[in-house]
Amino acid sequence: MSDPQAPLRLGADRERCAGAGMCALTAPAVFDQDEEEGLVVLLHPAPAPEHRAAARMAVGLCPAGAIALGSPDS
Amino acid sequence: MSHDPTAVGTTTGATTDDITADDLPTLPTDRHTGCPFDPPEGLTALSDEPIRRMRYADGHVGRLVTGHATARAILADPRFSSRYELLHLPVPMGGVSGEIPPAPAGDIIGLDAPEHTRYRRLLTGKFTVRRMRQLTERVEQFTEECLDAMEQAGPTADLVEAFAQPVPALMICELLGVPYTDRKRFQGHVATIFDQTADAEATGEAYTALLQYLAELVLAKRAEPTDDLLSDLTTSDLTDEELAGVGGLLLAAGLDTTANMLGLGTFALLSNPDQLDALRADPGLAGQTVEELLRYLSVADPLLRSALEDVEVEGALIRAGETVTVSVQAVNRDPRRFPDPNRLDIHRKATGHLAFGHGAHQCLGQQLARVEMAVAFPALLSRFPTLRLAVPPQEVPLRNRSNIYGVISLPVTWDKE
Repeated sequence: MSDPQAPLRLGADRERCAGAGMCALTAPAVFDQDEEEGLVVLLHPAPAPEHRAAARMAVGLCPAGAIALGSPDS
Repeated sequence: MSHDPTAVGTTTGATTDDITADDLPTLPTDRHTGCPFDPPEGLTALSDEPIRRMRYADGHVGRLVTGHATARAILADPRFSSRYELLHLPVPMGGVSGEIPPAPAGDIIGLDAPEHTRYRRLLTGKFTVRRMRQLTERVEQFTEECLDAMEQAGPTADLVEAFAQPVPALMICELLGVPYTDRKRFQGHVATIFDQTADAEATGEAYTALLQYLAELVLAKRAEPTDDLLSDLTTSDLTDEELAGVGGLLLAAGLDTTANMLGLGTFALLSNPDQLDALRADPGLAGQTVEELLRYLSVADPLLRSALEDVEVEGALIRAGETVTVSVQAVNRDPRRFPDPNRLDIHRKATGHLAFGHGAHQCLGQQLARVEMAVAFPALLSRFPTLRLAVPPQEVPLRNRSNIYGVISLPVTWDKE
């Protein structure tokens, strides 16, 4: 991760999601959990500069590897 | 990273028979007297390598993981199973040292995908960040009620009995739809299940009694649903037996873990007055204090997995059938991940600790635990500005032989206004 402010493209895989909520806790402007199943909802696949650092951290913290950098949306 | 020369190059499919188990270390469990927050001394000595061979309670030769990166890799890898019957125990737990029976219906900790996924999916929506935050007011209310009672009965108290246990117990009971007035019926059973010194028979009886209680409750919820998790789940395709199992697991997991974080966490704060003062001065530090206490104390420990096939991790070849013990307390004190790890520092970024585990099994109730602790610690400190231990720290009895570490009691006192 060279430039923390570099443009970011995110993908989320709801099949892999374990609903632990780390993403919604860490980067609430970028990720949410749906009301029914508690699975990841990607609010902003290309987050604004001020949310990129938190989004990267959320990717690193995801216990299930369900969110990724640079992958297409699922 | 270290290479294990005995692992690589042994006969394919070989078990670990060719390794002399007697020469290998066992898992250290006893804490150093006077340092109740630090991992056992022997464990620290074994933490120089992130993964190493270890002898288990039944003589099995498996692995011990103390490195943060290695632990993350293993816990996130579906080639490592959580099924109880495939595991060997590092030390006798709940009176069991040999073979472990398979997970009963609904016990999601001891299951793999797809069974695990099926149960987990039914529950994740009930424990979201948003839902748990919505419960903040209820947590505040329960906390104030407990503090009121403690203050009236004071100026001394056993903090575990007056505060650390009732706050999470009230919350999990409310969430599940278990009448709080029934708690004495199951709290003893839960204590026995988590007691490593209890024999297998006592543990089995406690488990059966807890499930029996929940089976009755499930029938009651089916007949007359109320606004709670167990009633909600009666509309799913889960059988009565599965519902009772899920309920039992959530009850057991929700009662003991947070209670011990609150009890031991208060002890840790009282033992680190600079940190205590910093939190008192700025309650806005509550969230990161909680993360740091989770890292520093790591009360739920260890986590076990069994390799379903040969897997190479960090240069070590783990053979199919080998049990891996992930020592969360060692992992969360890994100096490669957390600088100056043995220092309690509420200003550090402790995010990334594995106190709730990692992978598909990462704690389902973690957001509830966070809300409970973020409310409870500041409320306690603000209500009792002169809170202190009522006995010398060496006299606080520790839960050294339990799957959930903590204090058995925490005698405290304060100046009456």
